[in-house]
Amino acid sequence: MAPLVKRNHWVIRLTHWVNLVAVVLMAGSGMRIFNAHPAFARPGETFPLNPWEGTSIPAWLTFGGWLAGARHWHFAAMWLLVANGLLYLGFLFFHGEWRDIVPRRGDVRDAIEMLKFYLFVRRDHPPQGKHNALQKSAYFAMAVLGIVLVLSGLAIWKPVTLWFITALFVNFKWARFVHFTAMALLLLLALVHVFMVFSVDPYSLRAIFTGWYDRARSPEARNARPFYHLFGGTRPAPSSEAPRP
Amino acid sequence: MTLDRRRFLGISAASIAGSLLAACDKNPEGAKPLLQLAERANEQVEGGLFRHSAMNHVGAKARLAGPSFPKYFISPTVPVWDPAAGGVWRLEVSGAVRRPLSLTLDDLMKLPRVTQKVDHFCVEGWNARAIWSGVRVSDIARAAGITDDAQYVDFAGFDKGYHESWDMQSAMHPQTLVAYGMDGYLLTPAHGAPARVHSPVKLGYKNTKYLTRVVFMPGRNGGYWSDQGYEWYGGT
Repeated sequence: MAPLVKRNHWVIRLTHWVNLVAVVLMAGSGMRIFNAHPAFARPGETFPLNPWEGTSIPAWLTFGGWLAGARHWHFAAMWLLVANGLLYLGFLFFHGEWRDIVPRRGDVRDAIEMLKFYLFVRRDHPPQGKHNALQKSAYFAMAVLGIVLVLSGLAIWKPVTLWFITALFVNFKWARFVHFTAMALLLLLALVHVFMVFSVDPYSLRAIFTGWYDRARSPEARNARPFYHLFGGTRPAPSSEAPRP
Repeated sequence: MTLDRRRFLGISAASIAGSLLAACDKNPEGAKPLLQLAERANEQVEGGLFRHSAMNHVGAKARLAGPSFPKYFISPTVPVWDPAAGGVWRLEVSGAVRRPLSLTLDDLMKLPRVTQKVDHFCVEGWNARAIWSGVRVSDIARAAGITDDAQYVDFAGFDKGYHESWDMQSAMHPQTLVAYGMDGYLLTPAHGAPARVHSPVKLGYKNTKYLTRVVFMPGRNGGYWSDQGYEWYGGT
């Protein structure tokens, strides 16, 4: 029998997939809203920090159809995102899973070792627990970005009523820039996450659907780099089940 | 066995994602009731958060948009009040009031004047600063003696029937003005002369320009952009 371990609690699995829906809705409608004024400069001013001032996001990446439609989607889906985010963060806090992603001393060193491994400087996969140090920092950064997105979102939704939140980001213009930048970083990390799942640890897909994970197929056990099977010199996946044809 | 299940999960995930994307793309009527429900719920939240003490503050050193302040109207050309056709411009204050008013620009300027440097928040995502001078809508309401029926107020202008109705709470905010001055000068036709609504507490499209009528009413009356699908509340 496979030495399966329960890796992801059902709350983690549920919030992961609800989050996917919420983030797709929020990012898609948010980019459509952005396209109504795809710049950060106020009228008559410049905004040198953005080299693409005035450049729209390709329409196929957006949805909501038009500004008003996208706003309705954005202000409806935000409740899904926030409720789901609170459930996730509350669960992490009370169930102890925060230990899986909150950085601790030694993570920098471990992250450097992982990078060396991925860059073929180091031969063997560094030992790890549930996540390696790079994964941990990415997941932690995504949670932090989520919080920044909600706060900066409130800041530009209610710049007068919630002026004290807007003031955290200096003013409306900067809050909008932070909101957009945090979204772009979150999408980038999400893309890297999906790439790494399929290229390094496809066996973790089972863990995010059913919760079960086969440790014998972990990247550590297989010494797996991205697309490890395309390179020579890696250990084959040890078969934990009866041989199959 | 495992492969089959994995395949099954993969196919399910792909089909869910596919239908979701297709649904978003077509913006189906099916989503409309849910979005409208969310809009109504948001109005409750927005109204509950709203405070007359929460004000918009723009630093003394902040740059004014000046000539870059965007000009906007729905008529094909800049609407200009024509005294030959409509007589002397007057602001009619009516509806749920004890003393309906008909104010000339001079009458308006005799009412307590407020001058404030505030943001103008456009629904498109930009904001622009200007110094607005005018009369608080709350002062006009007091002068007209609004009754308990005044739960909403409709601001209408002579720009091709443009109007937007507001909740009373936002209209009575101390920064909500019937403005006749901008950056130290009388309002120009491009910015809504002779008078317009200006407030940082509502998005630009709620701030009716070329104002002629302020009607206090027991129910909401939609608006030019609200009727086309933009949020009726449009608050900041």
